[in-house]
Amino acid sequence: MGEERTRYKLVLGYGTCGIAAGANAVKTALEEAVEKGSYDVDLDIAGCMGYCFKEPIIEVTDRERDYSVVYGDLDAKKVLQVLEEHILNGRVIEEWVVRKSDDPSFGEGDFLANQHRIVLRNCGRINPESIDEYIAVGGYQAARKALTQMTSEEVIDEVSKSGLRGRGGAGFPTGTKWGFARKARGEEKYLVCNADEGDPGAFMDRSVLEGDPHSVIEGMIIAGYAIGAKQGYIYCRAEYPLALKRLEIAIDHLHQRGYLGKGIFGTDWDFDIKIKKGAGAFVCGEETALMASIEGRRGMPNPRPPFPANEGLWRKPTNINNVETLAAVPWIISHGGDKYAELGTEKSKGTKVFCLAGKVRRSGLAEVPMGYTLRQVIFDVGGGVREGKEFKAVQMGGPSGGCLPAELLDTPVDYEAITATGAIMGSGGMIVADSSTCMVDLARYFLSFTQEESCGKCVPCRIGTKRMLEILTRICEGKGVPEDMEKLQTLAADIKAASLCALGGTAPNPVLTTLKYFRNEYEDHILRHKCTAGVCPALITLFINEETCTGCGACLKVCPTGAISGEKKEPHKIDPELCIRCKLCLSRCPTESIWAE
Amino acid sequence: MEEGCNHKHRFASVDDLRPLEEILKRYEKEKGALIPLLQETQEAYGYLDEKIMRMLAKKAGYQLSQIYGVATFYTQFRLQPIGEYLIKVCHGTACHVAGADLITEEVCNQLGIKEKETTPDGKFTLESVMCVGACSLSPIMIVGEDTHGKLKPTAIKKILKSYYGEPKEEDE
Repeated sequence: MGEERTRYKLVLGYGTCGIAAGANAVKTALEEAVEKGSYDVDLDIAGCMGYCFKEPIIEVTDRERDYSVVYGDLDAKKVLQVLEEHILNGRVIEEWVVRKSDDPSFGEGDFLANQHRIVLRNCGRINPESIDEYIAVGGYQAARKALTQMTSEEVIDEVSKSGLRGRGGAGFPTGTKWGFARKARGEEKYLVCNADEGDPGAFMDRSVLEGDPHSVIEGMIIAGYAIGAKQGYIYCRAEYPLALKRLEIAIDHLHQRGYLGKGIFGTDWDFDIKIKKGAGAFVCGEETALMASIEGRRGMPNPRPPFPANEGLWRKPTNINNVETLAAVPWIISHGGDKYAELGTEKSKGTKVFCLAGKVRRSGLAEVPMGYTLRQVIFDVGGGVREGKEFKAVQMGGPSGGCLPAELLDTPVDYEAITATGAIMGSGGMIVADSSTCMVDLARYFLSFTQEESCGKCVPCRIGTKRMLEILTRICEGKGVPEDMEKLQTLAADIKAASLCALGGTAPNPVLTTLKYFRNEYEDHILRHKCTAGVCPALITLFINEETCTGCGACLKVCPTGAISGEKKEPHKIDPELCIRCKLCLSRCPTESIWAE
Repeated sequence: MEEGCNHKHRFASVDDLRPLEEILKRYEKEKGALIPLLQETQEAYGYLDEKIMRMLAKKAGYQLSQIYGVATFYTQFRLQPIGEYLIKVCHGTACHVAGADLITEEVCNQLGIKEKETTPDGKFTLESVMCVGACSLSPIMIVGEDTHGKLKPTAIKKILKSYYGEPKEEDE
């Protein structure tokens, strides 16, 4: 890692997305080539740069010219060509370029140019497994400043001034929360980092933990000092092995440096961190359930009060913050709360990281100032809908959130404004849907999720979501009756009002928002027995376009019921009587001649 | 690179109590350690066998009902042995919208098993999982330690076949 400075620095995106897309093969090829050849380069890895849609990715920095180029969609062969052309011959391979540092309008450059990165400030830029690289970009200066130059009250004031609100979804002001824990009576207090990112469609916490684990830990050191907790826990999902590994490496390094343990930064303050691996339960994202799980029990929520700030982990005062919240803290202490509060809206300050996925063209990480509109996030950063299709809806906030239609695209990203639509800011997942997504099916999907994940403690959630799911399943199967829509509405109101925790309290949101904004689709399913998106098997018929069918027989071979017939090289036909609408043929057809209606 | 290669998990036999004793020793002094205890026990034996759970209850001072309660609450814990490779098909939102159901269906077709079942030759066990957090590569399935992204049902046959031959290096 660059003791002798080479001209070029090559950084490989090495987060979960990158590895899943083939970064290991690229890494092996690069390492072998650089070892054998004489290239003026050094290699390094980084976490996710955010361009998940272009993985595997490398960034080539020319140190002489202070200029960098990001290449995407690489494989073991292409990366060798980059070495040959770019490093040896000095020629940029334009068609593979995702971004040029000196020309944000080139390629996909506006993906990053339209963002404002605070939480993701180091993601993709430093090696997450190296404490030196974190320190080189100013790491641990904020913690040192807090512990050596500020009182705990001053730290809390600074965070309050920043207007930072809990990024896990609820949006409670972080400074106020810290104040409660600070004032709580008791010698022994705990700080917990909630890294149990359970919302399907949200991966920002994973990306931060994989790409910049030290920023979260530094935030924890500051928070621990502010509230008076000497023991911190990181509760992280077991489904994130790479994040867990990088956290362990980071904590090891910190112990070696004396940044964790007894008397850190030369003060008399002690602070240490333990990692707790979650065991797979969505409800453990809820604070009281999470604490039960750390204590080794079934992760079931408890009524509040008592609030964790007074009686939390092992009945001691406990403060719980989300990964993204904690990662913003060092920046706030370094730059000042006022600076952070300059960004955003009146009540929602700073930035928020969103995970763009679904039918959006550029899926990946988008950090934007609060107050940006959904349109700006999805179109300016995300590049709009894939394959030029029409935008239909965006699902925000996972199973607790809602589906918003095109008419609401100008809603600003702001806790209150989003809540007013019926969705929630949530943790920041944004799944974009186009005309091929059935909104009733999507609502059913979320209900089946919450129903599965309901811990079963309280009746409204356990039985209420079950009844809602039965109704939605019935509608998707074409057996819905007109009264079902009203029944769903009534059940939803009861579940929201009477559930013990937020899992149940928000579970009806996907149904309520789809009923509100996409009522026509429910009516299509119930009254006209049609699923216009072509998703719900009971309500569609499959057809073969006789003009484009080449008679290759691929569909005929996979059809499990023998519903397809036809001579070789002649157009085939589907017998709707025999067809079970499994759509296997549709995915097999090389000429896309099969469609659902 | 451990992320990239295929581990053939070798699990301890449930008659061999040494791994369990080592694990118990490591967590002797830690409070509230039941979940990590069960996690490591499962890692050692591949699943939580009744005999092992009984032993754990006795030695670590838990009620058996307490252990069974935790083991059945969290989705990570399994009470049945699994095949050599665990196939996890992601059914997160992005994968659902991208057709995860078709992926599961095709795996079932190819292997002749249903969800949560193991192939007769003990090679594969099929599971559905919630979001693995790699939504931009949807639909996704994880076989053993390998993640396969941007899947099409047509690609499944080849991927599964590759686990019968020589250990392969690259992802699809």
